[in-house]
Amino acid sequence: MHHRRRRALGWLALAAATLVLAFTDKDWLEAAGFDWAVDYPSRWELPLAKAVSGAMAWLLEDAAIGSVGFTDVTRGIAWAIEQPYRLALALLSTGFGGGATGGAVVPALSWLAVTAGVAALGHYARDWLLAAIVGACFLYLALFGQWESAMVTLASVLIAVPIGAGGGLVLGILAYRHPRFDRALVPVLDLMQTIPIFAYLVPVLFLFGFGPVSALVATVIYAMPPMVRVTTLALRSVDPEIRDFGVMAGCTRGQMTWRILVPSARESLMLGVNQVIMLSLNMVIIASMIGAGGLGFDVLTSLRRLDIGGGFEAGIAIVVLAVAIDRLSQALARRRPAATRQTRPPSILLRYPRSAIVLAIVIATALAGELAPALHAFPADWEVTTGAFWNDAISYINVRFFDDLEAVKLFILTWLLLPIRQFLLGLPWPWAMLLVALIAWKAGGWRLAAGCLAMAAFILVTGMWEKAMITVYLCGAAVLLAMVIGFPIGLLAGISPAASRAIGVVLDTLQTLPSFVYLIPVVMLFRVGDFTALVAIVLYALAPIVRYTAHGLRSVSPELIEAGVVAGCTRGQILLRIRLPLALPEILLGINQTIMLAISMVVITALVGTRDLGQEVYIALTKADTGRGIVAGLAVAFIAIIADRIVTAGARRARLRFSAGVTV
Amino acid sequence: MPARPKLSCRNLWKLYGPRAGELLRGGLPPPEGAIEAAGVIAAVRDVSIDIRDGEIFVIMGLSGSGKSTLVRCLARLIEPTAGTLLLDDTDLLRASERELIEIRRHRMGMVFQHFALLPHLTVLQNVAFPLSIQGVKRPAAEARARQVIELVGLAGRERYYPRELSGGQQQRVGIARSLAVEPELWFLDEPFSALDPLIRREMQDEFLRLQGMLNKTIVFITHDFEEAVRLADRIAIMKDGAVIQVATPEELVLAPANDYVEKFTRHIPRDKVLSVASVMAPGAAGSGEPVPAAARIAEVAEQVIAAPAPRPVVDGDGRVVGAIGRDAVIQVLLRQGGAP
Ligand SMILES: Nc1ncnc2c1ncn2[C@@H]1O[C@H](COP(=O)(O)OP(=O)(O)OP(=O)(O)O)[C@@H](O)[C@H]1O
Ligand SMILES: [Mg+2]
Repeated sequence: MHHRRRRALGWLALAAATLVLAFTDKDWLEAAGFDWAVDYPSRWELPLAKAVSGAMAWLLEDAAIGSVGFTDVTRGIAWAIEQPYRLALALLSTGFGGGATGGAVVPALSWLAVTAGVAALGHYARDWLLAAIVGACFLYLALFGQWESAMVTLASVLIAVPIGAGGGLVLGILAYRHPRFDRALVPVLDLMQTIPIFAYLVPVLFLFGFGPVSALVATVIYAMPPMVRVTTLALRSVDPEIRDFGVMAGCTRGQMTWRILVPSARESLMLGVNQVIMLSLNMVIIASMIGAGGLGFDVLTSLRRLDIGGGFEAGIAIVVLAVAIDRLSQALARRRPAATRQTRPPSILLRYPRSAIVLAIVIATALAGELAPALHAFPADWEVTTGAFWNDAISYINVRFFDDLEAVKLFILTWLLLPIRQFLLGLPWPWAMLLVALIAWKAGGWRLAAGCLAMAAFILVTGMWEKAMITVYLCGAAVLLAMVIGFPIGLLAGISPAASRAIGVVLDTLQTLPSFVYLIPVVMLFRVGDFTALVAIVLYALAPIVRYTAHGLRSVSPELIEAGVVAGCTRGQILLRIRLPLALPEILLGINQTIMLAISMVVITALVGTRDLGQEVYIALTKADTGRGIVAGLAVAFIAIIADRIVTAGARRARLRFSAGVTV
Repeated sequence: MPARPKLSCRNLWKLYGPRAGELLRGGLPPPEGAIEAAGVIAAVRDVSIDIRDGEIFVIMGLSGSGKSTLVRCLARLIEPTAGTLLLDDTDLLRASERELIEIRRHRMGMVFQHFALLPHLTVLQNVAFPLSIQGVKRPAAEARARQVIELVGLAGRERYYPRELSGGQQQRVGIARSLAVEPELWFLDEPFSALDPLIRREMQDEFLRLQGMLNKTIVFITHDFEEAVRLADRIAIMKDGAVIQVATPEELVLAPANDYVEKFTRHIPRDKVLSVASVMAPGAAGSGEPVPAAARIAEVAEQVIAAPAPRPVVDGDGRVVGAIGRDAVIQVLLRQGGAP
């Protein structure tokens, strides 16, 4: 007991010292000759960014194996991606054969044909309801004047998804078959999922140049890792008896993979494909920074012009497209053929009625397009635009509630954001590193401490410390707020099934939105700046803490709760004494996820003028400065990894303590 | 009577654990207690058995006694740690991957506890699957599949998917599938234990009917002694990875190798296991209708008890070899399920 109190005192003293150090004047440090501890001297910085840039330049200009240069490889890849993309684009948007001035020889699919096609797919995948939903989504795109852009976006998704899913599948199969390959792949995947998307963009831009191909490559890189994981996991969880059956039937390795394992794991694999689709759509806006056209480009230009209405419309269109494709792909994943017990119809048209109808519409609208253009391209004067409405609405809100909004903003700025910012920036870096090491050691032992220290040192010596601290500050504030808001909601969802259902629907919707979309309404209300970034991050990162809290509370074993009831606990006591402590590890994992999402969003909020690492990456992107982009990207990744490892280790400790210490 | 062995294994071991390999390198068998000391699990422990051509060989034992591991070693689904394994004259442990694939394609079949049907294929496609793997053309494969589906009584369900069938029907598909390639050697790992008792009985009858027609060499796993007694020509009883006794059901009841086996056999209906020959008074004379020596007590109990005097017992050639009286039969019936 005594021991414990002394240790608690030690931590308290440390915290006090930290606070004092952070908030007091540091003139005395400088006077004592420790000015290097206050600001990391630039002469100590390692020119890592330059080195990376140099290496990239070498790669591009000189690297070659035999007579095949590195650039030949990238050109080859670009060509292989570009061909199918051109085809998809021609099919959906530009038509075949014509020049840049239009007048295609064979027109693109008409809006009627595409809508009929997706509706038919919806009916095939599930039922009339899905057909109606998907059809309505596409009609919306036509009606609100987003058709052209939406088809460009759709074309790139149609190309990115098969490449991402197929590549992920192959890598996943390789990892499943060769454990050594798997061991090499896992850390790479880990890193890729924590590196902010922006950081990929820079080298991709450098290698493939500005244009749709770069955008596709970046999208594929971003969307593939989950598919790899899902594939290995799905193959591993195929019933061992089924695998044994495959061996006993005398399958060769190829037959085993393609005729037994992959088909048996089909449902899980399709969920992976669904993830690839959602991530590809998530990338739509970001990819437009390096040359993707379509809806993402519309959002981006509107945001840059601060044309709120236009951005909002295009953003909603992305959401509508995402909802349609998501529902469709999920239904396709779940589709199970039922036994066909009737005899086959004699005619091929009757056997495939949906395809026949769609084909008829395609041909009819293509032919009739000459005579009645409305059948082919959605007539412009039918289109409805809501841009003006949104602009008016926002101006109205801004005029009417300006003072209230400002008051909220000011309150949070002064009482939350500024203190945290001051604290983090005021902390001398040696002290901060010491703290990181100490906390890591406490949570997971000296190995973790060493790892975290090394990563923090990387940030330091590359001269990113101050920007990193701003990232940590924004992220930390957002996570705090997300916890304050999310925890009670999770609590409610955990103890009331009805609330849980309603909250689940809201969260599901929030999670299908691409991260950028969160920015738009917030920018409208609060203009640019840290506060706007904060609100957007909180919105984006809220879901996991709610979900995990609710799930943790719900999965406490009913026997333990009954034991509490029998022991005479009140409801409050059961919640506080039994459910919450037992749900703690789960809740910690939720916080971890929230931190991860917050960090990935921090980078995106660079667009609204924050001054952190995200901004650094963004600037590197606009200047195509590879080294700077990669180094800043790695710095963000390292912050994420440090947070992730410490929280995960803490959660593991908590879990161990509960499983071992229930007897106390 | 003993036919030559179809499948035989000698000193087969399967060890699980980090240092399993080293343990047997110092020669067989490892010293007493060394396995436990190394923290290694011996899932199969020094097993030597011969499975004769055309017999139903049942492996039985409690959960975790190593039945599945043994049968998977016999099929070389799992690599045994040590031992030899012969199928006819082929050394299975030396066979290359290519040879094994050939053997499994044409000579072995297996039925699984949880059916292991491919969910994305119809009944017909599932049954035709092993054939199509071998490259048999689709019309031929499907024709053969239809035959076996008919054989197991599922005609008319060819186009159903496994999830649209009951457990019993699914296992019929599993059986049909394993029979499609006409294997010589048929492994069944607790094929009926996932089924309700009533269905289980029905499936056992079905199984006996099939075996009556096909006459395969069968290795059948179960943990249900009653099932073992109903089906087996011979039974191997396993405990902690070792085979304790291999014998006919009757021998197990009459001469259990140790207490463990005795406990196992205690609760089974003895009248269904013991033959007239095992309880008759040898050499004695009887009167009235003779009863066959090979008959089970259950089959003749009623008439023997009803008879005023012991009945004569005749062997297969009709020679009188002894007599069986009311008392002997009542003795058997009374010891049913009780302590000896
Ligand atoms: N892959 C493995 N790794 C480690 N131990 C294993 C492995 N497979 C089986 N064992 C162990 O070997 C022993 C025998 O298992 P096995 O599955 O053969 O038992 P079983 O008799 O088939 O039981 P059941 O009736 O439950 O199917 C068990 O103690 C099990 O824990
Ligand atoms: Mg088993």
